[in-house]
Amino acid sequence: MQTHSIDMDAIQRSPSDMTEATELALKVDSLNLFYGGDTQALFDVNLDIPKQRVTAFIGPSGCGKSSLLRCFNRMNDLVDGCRVDGSILLEGEDVYGSKVDVPALRRRIGMVSQKPNPFPKSIYENVAYGLRIQGINKKRILDEVVEKSLKAAALWDEVKDRLNDSALGLSGGQQQRLVIARTIAVEPEVVLLDEPASALDPISTLKIEELIYELKSRYTIVIVTHNMQQAARVSDMTAFMYMGKLIEFDNTDTLFTNPSQKQTEDYITGRYG
Amino acid sequence: MEKQAPKSLQMNPRSGVLDWIRSGEPMVWANGAAVSVSIVAVVGLLVLLAVRGFGHFWPSDVMLAEVVYQGQSRPVSGELVESKQASGEQLRGAGIELIGEGPFYRRDLVKQGNRDFLGSDFVWIVYEQLQNITYPEDLMVVERLEWGNLYARLVAVSRDGEEQTLQSLGDEALWALFQQYLDDTLQIREQISSIEHDDIGSINYDMEQLRLKERRLELEGQNTPARLADIAAERAELEADYEVLQGQLAALYQEIERSRYKVTLADGSERELPLAKVVRADRPNAMSTLDKLGHYFEKLGEFLTAEPREANTEGGVYPAIFGTVMMVLLMSVMVTPFGVVAAVYLREYARQGVVTRTIRVAVSNLAGVPSIVYGVFGLGFFVYFLGGEIDALFFPECLPRPTFGTPGLMWASLTLALLTLPVVIVSTEEGLARIPRAVREGSLALGATRAETLWRVVLPMASPAMMTGLILAVARAAGEVAPLMLVGVVKLAPSLPLDGNYPYIHLDQKFMHLGFHIYDVGFQSPNVEAARPLVYATALLLVVIIAVLNFTAVALRNRLRERYKALDA
Repeated sequence: MQTHSIDMDAIQRSPSDMTEATELALKVDSLNLFYGGDTQALFDVNLDIPKQRVTAFIGPSGCGKSSLLRCFNRMNDLVDGCRVDGSILLEGEDVYGSKVDVPALRRRIGMVSQKPNPFPKSIYENVAYGLRIQGINKKRILDEVVEKSLKAAALWDEVKDRLNDSALGLSGGQQQRLVIARTIAVEPEVVLLDEPASALDPISTLKIEELIYELKSRYTIVIVTHNMQQAARVSDMTAFMYMGKLIEFDNTDTLFTNPSQKQTEDYITGRYG
Repeated sequence: MEKQAPKSLQMNPRSGVLDWIRSGEPMVWANGAAVSVSIVAVVGLLVLLAVRGFGHFWPSDVMLAEVVYQGQSRPVSGELVESKQASGEQLRGAGIELIGEGPFYRRDLVKQGNRDFLGSDFVWIVYEQLQNITYPEDLMVVERLEWGNLYARLVAVSRDGEEQTLQSLGDEALWALFQQYLDDTLQIREQISSIEHDDIGSINYDMEQLRLKERRLELEGQNTPARLADIAAERAELEADYEVLQGQLAALYQEIERSRYKVTLADGSERELPLAKVVRADRPNAMSTLDKLGHYFEKLGEFLTAEPREANTEGGVYPAIFGTVMMVLLMSVMVTPFGVVAAVYLREYARQGVVTRTIRVAVSNLAGVPSIVYGVFGLGFFVYFLGGEIDALFFPECLPRPTFGTPGLMWASLTLALLTLPVVIVSTEEGLARIPRAVREGSLALGATRAETLWRVVLPMASPAMMTGLILAVARAAGEVAPLMLVGVVKLAPSLPLDGNYPYIHLDQKFMHLGFHIYDVGFQSPNVEAARPLVYATALLLVVIIAVLNFTAVALRNRLRERYKALDA
């Protein structure tokens, strides 16, 4: 029954007209991604991700949607022998430019991974982590940011009395919201969510989805999901990927109700994937 | 007979043994047996060490008896240490005439003490020769600074030649007076040792520093008359202090020589001895169990806290305990940063290729190099090369006497650190490898650099593994003796490497070590029988100390583990 309430909320809260021209947050321009010498993971991807919208990537496993997501904050740099062609523009600046400060880029493009990965520290320290590495150690500021972030991540009421307890004592769903709180504590412009609810139970999933609604008024959100209902519920724009290629990118409503490509239609109607 | 097995849930009776083997039960039994054997071996070892070693401190009764042999009789007094059965053949072969039936005869090892009069303080006596065994209450055991124990009867005590005899005072009063004089003596001896060790020791230290200062000035060509005069003045001051202390010492020595005591030995001869050499006097035959218990713990306490006496066969092992612990701690302080940094490089920064793999294999192989090889390396490289260079650079005024160019605490710790380095590297690397990639990525995704991620997330999470490495390192290092003999351990070094003289911790000093102490007492001792219980006691002590160090580290690791338990959800 609550599933319905989400949809109702969504309609009430995001009355934005998708046809209206919106600003771009990220512009992907003929992106090719190679692992090792000869394995190509992404083929000539072109994509415009609008600001303060939720953009979902869907597609079967191994289609490259996570790889694409990890290109945005250059997480693929960590993989040995990974090579990227083409460009990704964040506010007009190429994130793969030669003089890019990668840690600064990652502060602007936050990321939440599939499995909750809180640090083995207290709840408070988890959220304060991003600020501390920026050299912000004033207790007053940290207290404020921690409270604000936990509230924004809808976790404050559950943990406000045990901020100094280990984050590892939280449930999976709480941990994932903590990771989101930790991510938004550093005030990123873009939040990348890599299947954020795949390891969670339905109720936690619901909470995460509610949270995504809340957050999109302030952040550009890119979410990878293999759950088409989830994509339909939370996103404004949806990209369908298959075998490393971007097959179709459109308004979520359009893509799900009236896909222009045969492959997309086959996938969303469950014929493969 | 049908060839096919009947279709039934019952086991085929013909292949009982095979089925039994297949069921895995023999493996369970074998495992159980292996575990039991290990437990029995460990517990047995500890019990043996405890009984043989710590039984030594119990004040056993002192017997008085006659040894009757070939019609002649001579009296003997002492403690029964152990009994053994020997075959008659063996004894006759040694030229001993036997009376009894045989074929086995009991031989007793008697600690008769009185080495200054009898020549040796242990004697084997065939039990059948012992007659008229009594345990007189007035037989006393006197522990002395020299010549070992004295077993005798007290007949008189004197101070300044004024003699109080058994006849004039009676036994009880004489014993009380003896104890009172002994207490005075002990107090004076404590004063003497305090002056000799602390006051004169520190004056000697200052004098040495002055000499070095003078030499340094000379080497630098700055020995102006004014400076030399300053030094001479300081030296004169120290010498004046020294004279005062010498005066005090002379007075104390005179004081301590005032008291003497007279005893009769088992053979009836009377001897007068100085009370100044007495450590402790008891009458064990007259002691109650409670008294004996008190005495036992006093002796045990002395063993743990006092310095060794009489070629390490008497007294305590405190300097050895201190040296062992100090060396292990220094080794830990040295090996941990080295090992962790090396492991971090190998796991986090080095490109994983043939070279890294080769290095890793080489590191693992280092763990298998015999420890004496490390000792030789330490002597050649650390002591002679590094130490020699350090001396030439920083301590030219001390030459030709070496400061660091000679075996010492620092080189021993460093050698052991090198010896245990592979263990720390391997376990730290394993710990680093176990940290989930997701956690590292979480940190990086928040804008942390690799170094920040390493410091704030990865290393704390790997700390239990580092502790595991350290535990293994401590366990190995504390038990090593062979390399230490080359790089710093000596038989006797009563001055501790930690004291009140600047710079407080003396890394250049030689030190004592429990492991070497066991070897020295057990195999290099002039008095084997006296040393044997100490070998057991020291061995147990070494085991206990290693266990304590290990348990501390394990407790620490468990706390860290609890705090950084991995996210294996």
